[in-house]
Amino acid sequence: MASESSITSAGYIKHHLQNLTLGEKHVESATGVWTSTGELGFAESAQEATQMGFWSINVDTMFMSLLLGGLMMWFFRSVAKSISSGVPTPTQNFAEMIIEFINDTVRGSFSGGKNDLVAPLGLTIFVWIFLMNLMDLVPVDFIPMLVAQGASVLFGVDPSHVYFKVVPSTDPNATMGMALVVFGLMLYYSFKVKGTGGFLAELSLEPFGKWALPINIVLETVTLLAKPFSLGLRLFGNMYAGEMVFILIATMYSAGLVIGSVAGLLQVGWAIFHILIITLQAFIFMVLTIVYIDMAHQRH
Amino acid sequence: MNINATLIGQAIAFLIFIGFCMKYVWPPIIEALDERKKKIADGLAAAERGKHEQELAEKRAQQVIHEAKEQANEIITQAQRRGNEIVDESKDNARTEGERILVSAQAEIKQEANRARDELRSQVGSIAIAGAAKILSREIDDKAHTDLLEELVSRI
Repeated sequence: MASESSITSAGYIKHHLQNLTLGEKHVESATGVWTSTGELGFAESAQEATQMGFWSINVDTMFMSLLLGGLMMWFFRSVAKSISSGVPTPTQNFAEMIIEFINDTVRGSFSGGKNDLVAPLGLTIFVWIFLMNLMDLVPVDFIPMLVAQGASVLFGVDPSHVYFKVVPSTDPNATMGMALVVFGLMLYYSFKVKGTGGFLAELSLEPFGKWALPINIVLETVTLLAKPFSLGLRLFGNMYAGEMVFILIATMYSAGLVIGSVAGLLQVGWAIFHILIITLQAFIFMVLTIVYIDMAHQRH
Repeated sequence: MNINATLIGQAIAFLIFIGFCMKYVWPPIIEALDERKKKIADGLAAAERGKHEQELAEKRAQQVIHEAKEQANEIITQAQRRGNEIVDESKDNARTEGERILVSAQAEIKQEANRARDELRSQVGSIAIAGAAKILSREIDDKAHTDLLEELVSRI
């Protein structure tokens, strides 16, 4: 949130879509020419963040996702520690409900025999993504404003340059990071179950037989690569779009009482609808992961 | 919205969470769930068994009651029969006793009568003799009187 009174809608939206990026500081020495200062710091503009290149990190995404992941692990670990097979406490009941749900889903979609990884993987994905998506329901300005004001009080920085994107799953880094891990697991199980030869044969001899080997390789490689991309980008796209709608609704608040009240109604409506989306996206990510790992277990 | 090292950071965080979940979260919870499932199944089986046993016990109790009733009936009929027998027996006894008493009484009566008759006969004899002596003292007609006497004696 910019502190100047003359912020435009475009500026507001852009501000909300910028991550808090930590990396090598760059300054624009001339128009379009950026030079590194060699110092470590937060990017003060989207252009500077771009200039930081690959070796920079989105602190807001990491912070929120680790916080939420830690929360999730703390909750489930505390339940697991005090669990009894007798009459469950309400907390235990809640955790068990989720676990049973995941377990049923895994049992329904996964046919690769005994695998100790798939179910915990499904649980981690579902709950973590759900919590990250849930941040979308927090009013868009609430946490960024708190962080910006806090930073300006604590460190004396200009709050208009403090970016904070609250929903980690609207950062493609977060979703693609998870998709990469899933991709890695797919490859691992493909090699483990089918063997190197078997996996390579699957990539090169299907679907058209050995006489169309190059076509097969291209097709199967695209199929294989499409999986992690579709996983990560689907979640990112959905959450990004949802967040965008929230931001657009939020820009209406400055347009007077009437439009502001309409915006309030819209926000409530969209938030209610979004509850469905965030759960659904978490569920889809989980089910697809299970299905992909199941496919890695299938011998042809 | 740049792809940067956050990608790697997220992947590492994700892996750590999966590992943690796999090691410390999932097994104890799923174990407890399985254990509870087993407990419930055992409980249901025990309940079923208990019910079955109760049915058996009820059946057995009914049988025992039935047997007891039958036995009681048997005892009662036996007792009735025995009672009837006793009554009959005593009736018989009484009858035979009565007959015996009657017979002995009759015998006695007969005896008494015979005795009385004998006595009477002897007395009649002596009376006759006395009478005869008296008559004789007046007139003796042996012949006529002997006939008379004999006739008298034979009539007794």
